[in-house]
Amino acid sequence: MAPRFILYCLRAGFAAAVLAMIVAPYLFNANHLVLLTEFMSMLVLAIMWNLLAGYADIVTVGQHAYVGVGAYAFFGFTALLGWNPYLSIPLSGLIAFIIAIPTMGLVFRLRTAYLAIGTWVVAELLMLAAGKLVPWGAGSGTSLPISIILEFGRARADRLANIYWLGFGLAAVAMLMTYFLLRSRIGIGLTAMRDNEEGAAAIGVNITYARILCFLGTAPFLGMAGAIITLQKLRVAPPASFSIIDWTVFIIFNVVIGGIGSFEGPIIGTIIYFVLRQYLAGLGAWHLILLGTFSIVIILIEKRGLWGLIRRVLPDDLIPIAHKPSASFRPAAKAATKAAIKETAA
Amino acid sequence: MATTAAKPLLAVEGVSVFYDKFRAIDHVDIAVGSGEIVSIIGANGAGKSTLLKAIIGQADRVEGTISYDGNNIVDRSTEAIVASGIMLVPEGRRLFPSLTVEENLRLGRDVGRKGEIGFADVWRLFPILQERRRQKAGSLSGGQQQMVALGRALLANPRILLCDEISLGLAPLVVNELYTLIPQIKNRGIGILIVEQDIERSLTVADRFYCLLEGKVSLAGRPAEVSRDLVMKHYFGL
Amino acid sequence: MVAVWANQLLQGVMLGGLYTLFAIGLSLTAGVMRFVNIAHGDFIVMICYALLLLTSLLGINPVLATLIVLPFAFLVGFVLQRFLLQRVVGENVLLVILVTFALSIIIENGLLEGFGADPQKISGGWMETATVALGHGINVGLFQIVTFVAAVVLVAGLDLLLYRTGIGAKIRAVSDDVNAANLIGLSSVRIYAVAMGITFVTIAIAAGFVSIWTNFDPAAGPIRLLIAFEVIVMGGLGSLWGSLAGGIVLGVAQAIGGQFDIAWQIMAGHIVFLIVLALRPQGLFPKY
Repeated sequence: MAPRFILYCLRAGFAAAVLAMIVAPYLFNANHLVLLTEFMSMLVLAIMWNLLAGYADIVTVGQHAYVGVGAYAFFGFTALLGWNPYLSIPLSGLIAFIIAIPTMGLVFRLRTAYLAIGTWVVAELLMLAAGKLVPWGAGSGTSLPISIILEFGRARADRLANIYWLGFGLAAVAMLMTYFLLRSRIGIGLTAMRDNEEGAAAIGVNITYARILCFLGTAPFLGMAGAIITLQKLRVAPPASFSIIDWTVFIIFNVVIGGIGSFEGPIIGTIIYFVLRQYLAGLGAWHLILLGTFSIVIILIEKRGLWGLIRRVLPDDLIPIAHKPSASFRPAAKAATKAAIKETAA
Repeated sequence: MATTAAKPLLAVEGVSVFYDKFRAIDHVDIAVGSGEIVSIIGANGAGKSTLLKAIIGQADRVEGTISYDGNNIVDRSTEAIVASGIMLVPEGRRLFPSLTVEENLRLGRDVGRKGEIGFADVWRLFPILQERRRQKAGSLSGGQQQMVALGRALLANPRILLCDEISLGLAPLVVNELYTLIPQIKNRGIGILIVEQDIERSLTVADRFYCLLEGKVSLAGRPAEVSRDLVMKHYFGL
Repeated sequence: MVAVWANQLLQGVMLGGLYTLFAIGLSLTAGVMRFVNIAHGDFIVMICYALLLLTSLLGINPVLATLIVLPFAFLVGFVLQRFLLQRVVGENVLLVILVTFALSIIIENGLLEGFGADPQKISGGWMETATVALGHGINVGLFQIVTFVAAVVLVAGLDLLLYRTGIGAKIRAVSDDVNAANLIGLSSVRIYAVAMGITFVTIAIAAGFVSIWTNFDPAAGPIRLLIAFEVIVMGGLGSLWGSLAGGIVLGVAQAIGGQFDIAWQIMAGHIVFLIVLALRPQGLFPKY
């Protein structure tokens, strides 16, 4: 019973952590709050990449495209058009969604690794195109006007709190969206598809529809994350807003290490990233070398990552996604199976 | 259990084959001697193909001994097993469709043993293939593909030939033709292990047979010595 | 005016030769093993640095250095496939993507730590600066011509290897049906390793030329991968000569875009790639 006890403790801990995150601005100082906001954005990116690669079988290495698009859209709405900054965030998500449509039309003509690199090509193109946009500062980018930032709160503490809650809100919505999607018909179909594509198609899972939904569904979240990241970085610039290292490479490493294809994996991976960053900050290139090596080792040992290793001991997921037969169904099913076995043996 | 008087060239002794935890073959004993035709019959899922895969070295987990020419080959690589004289004609032909007939045949020669069988023999056995030697194997009919698969196996100069369901998916006339070749191959001193679902066909040509039922040998003997009824019973497990 | 455009076009075609060199190895692995090595471009850069060491520290001339590196390149490819990638090859492409992606990052940062971020280049001596006049004001660099010829020779050579040799037939067999190959005693593990070794030989040749053609630095890998990728997709997956066609299309597109500035040069390539993908997704000379 010990593993089940540990599971319940972990669940309680997780619930407590979520509560703490809700009231974080009252619990943590400014520096930590900034870090937590960053954590929330990275978490959103991780959840989205994991949804595509771990569940929908669409590996991408170009999601930084939508982060950049979101960032640039946010700047456009607020600094250039002067629209309401709070409203501009979901609008940025909308722009990312719009860009995702033709992108999907193109890259879905490719499969697997080719699709992945195709998304990278699109990201490169968008980054280069962004560098041509003069109102956005062209190649060197430009800063977010102070007036925009002040709209989130005159006092620094208020600003940090509001921006944090936006980040937390986005992360919470992302997690809820993922949770309900995975528990829905589409989600079950995705898991079936992941296990056996032909079999899934044979039982009527509309694979194309599911993949389109997932690909397009992640874009707005990536875009909104881009907007929030811009609020923290206070600048837009092609290499920073469209940074493959920050918004794709690290994210992939985090999810792989934490556990791809699970709900808990992206959370664990992102936490580890921040912990490691504190210690490995001074190492420069070695930071990435170590993360990369660690990722390869994890993939070779347990492709479901650290959560996969933990799951070998625990009886169930932290956040149960899989459907189980109802309590009334279980004893009946057991009895029926026993009877069937008796018959064939006779 | 019926065996030949001399020590058999290939002896499967107490072999079990597992897929993960599932025991597909359960303590099976089978022997094949040189110049002997041995049939393995059994329903779908009885374990026939698994047995052949185990012999050729392509099964994941094998317990027991497979002795070939006195040596235990259970842990040997397929490459080594083929090079020492055991060759498989896989179920469903499994040719390489984009390679020509000649290239497919040549592969058999490359992976196999040095011996007397050469291209001349294959062209003599299958004249139609000589005509189509430069054609892509994927464009041939089912019967012709089976000829290529057999030819490929023969070019490996095997001492033991494993045939996995060579009649599957072919017209009866074509199968007749193929089966007339089996005794010709036997006359070269090659031991042949034939796996078939078609009881009639395989018992007609075999010297001895084994019947597999759910992974175990349920019946063994010489075709002439057992009644069809008895065979049917053990085939279906009635 | 015509001369200017003709020169640009010719430059583009010659550039296509260089791009074909990048792509040919990727085409082989993609066709045979059905996976794309995301670290492909980074390995090209890695060998560029190896060549740099040989030429600058030991004073060996670039051609000799490349020849020396070739057998080592084969070995690196063979070992990489046999002992690392073989463990993730299979139905699940995700793992291969992740492992090669991680490798890419490791190599880039390893080179950064070892050599620093400064761009490097190997001097091609007289061959680099010599030009050939073709009349009517059209000039082409000698080195560019040599590179293009090398690309054609390499494609022809690989074609010969695949279709006229025993090992080539075995590679094609394994690429047709890997399970059938294993069943008849054709070790797919060994054949894959050989194919990767051959790929790395082409990578070394590509490095030999690109290290002289232009600057390189630790971060130059990804753009090389993207170019190779665009070339093989436009050319048609599985087609060697298609890679040459794809390379030329990309080279010409970039040459035209390059008339404006460097960003437009790269963008033009990406845009043409996306257009070809939209209109003819199977590529110019598709095999499958």
